[in-house]
Amino acid sequence: MNTQKKELAVAALENGTVIDRIPSEHLFKVVALLDLDKFTNSITIGNNLSSQKIGKKGIIKVADYFFKEEEINKIALIAPEAKINIIRDYRVVEKHTVTLDETLHGIVRCCNPKCISNNEPMETVFHVTQKNPVKVTCHYCGHSMQGDDITVC
Amino acid sequence: MKRESLVSINDFSKEEIIDLLEKAKGFEANPNRRVLEGKVIATLFFEPSTRTRLSFETAVNRLGGRIIGFSDAATTSSSKGESLKDTIMMVSNYVDLIIMRHYLEGAARYASEVSSVPIINAGDGANQHPSQTMLDLYSIYKTQGTLENLNITMVGDLKYGRTVHSLLQAMSHFHPTFHFVAPDELKMPQEYKTFCDEHGIPYYEHTEFSEEVINEADILYMTRVQRERFTDLMEYEKVKNVYILHNSMLRNSKPNLRVLHPLPRVNEIAYDVDNNPKAYYFQQAKNGLYARQAIICKVLGIDAD
Repeated sequence: MNTQKKELAVAALENGTVIDRIPSEHLFKVVALLDLDKFTNSITIGNNLSSQKIGKKGIIKVADYFFKEEEINKIALIAPEAKINIIRDYRVVEKHTVTLDETLHGIVRCCNPKCISNNEPMETVFHVTQKNPVKVTCHYCGHSMQGDDITVC
Repeated sequence: MKRESLVSINDFSKEEIIDLLEKAKGFEANPNRRVLEGKVIATLFFEPSTRTRLSFETAVNRLGGRIIGFSDAATTSSSKGESLKDTIMMVSNYVDLIIMRHYLEGAARYASEVSSVPIINAGDGANQHPSQTMLDLYSIYKTQGTLENLNITMVGDLKYGRTVHSLLQAMSHFHPTFHFVAPDELKMPQEYKTFCDEHGIPYYEHTEFSEEVINEADILYMTRVQRERFTDLMEYEKVKNVYILHNSMLRNSKPNLRVLHPLPRVNEIAYDVDNNPKAYYFQQAKNGLYARQAIICKVLGIDAD
């Protein structure tokens, strides 16, 4: 009952995708990673909602849109606990989590200022060398990053 | 004909390294072979490096190839703001092979992805310089008769020195024992020590450059301690003269010991060492020619035998 009320803190969705359990501090990075600022669909965003699992969470509801797997997996780096709910006719018909790909294209920015990827108009490529906590290595300069050093493009 | 780029020494397996060393030996016996007849090779030096460029260009010339290129990016369109990609796309239309040096890290990897011809990395910033590693390996192989089970002592700047990092990784195939002699500020980075642990390679760290360490060594690999690497100049003043090799320090060293240095040297090897038969750094530079001839033939898939 209680959970239902909380979910209703943000308007219900007829058809579309709910991205739940986004860490509050990364909500707007998720928005940017998924290019939601360029969407014309109705989007509802809630932030700083309380969550038993992760403390403060953000939630995004996108009407009439269903993300492709490779699209949604981009957020795994900054929202590893995210839950994706597929809604059809006001019902959750599918729930899944996100998985971190082994190679990240155009998601992370290299923190090495002398890396070619920071000096050429090109897509960055990173290899995930460790999953928990996440550690990534630049495909070009070989620089390894973890924790707060990992910034998204 | 198999064509491939050489970006990092890690692109080569143990077998490929051994094969290249044998090839280099063949070129040393007979350096003038016209196997590149009719081929045009570009040397693109976005950052000046006289030694490396002359060595590569000599290698191409002795193999009968022709060279185009530049030795300083200031005279090229990259100074007008052309991207590396565009320069590589343009040059790869003209030539059979690109040998490039760049001041940015990862430049050679990126170039190898956009180029239609093989790329040889002649140094990309502080990242990789595989032909230097090959000539180091060849020098070790030639002077010791083997690469297996050697005591390799690395001295000086072990933190920023890319040559020691690449050599460490390449030697990992051959059961070495490492001694790292460096001031605290320039110690071997943890990732390379972890690499040694993962590969079961014993290593010992020293801050003191003592005769005791020298006397155990088969190879003494000296590097330059650069002033600009220090955040604390007091610290630099303290250590700048500690990692200098003098001839007297070699008196009880092993007969097979050889002193290597990637050059240029400043003051870390005293001039009185030069006449010691154990000093090998000038021959080491000469070996670069043969190692580079072997590398060029390998990436072009040319069997020179």
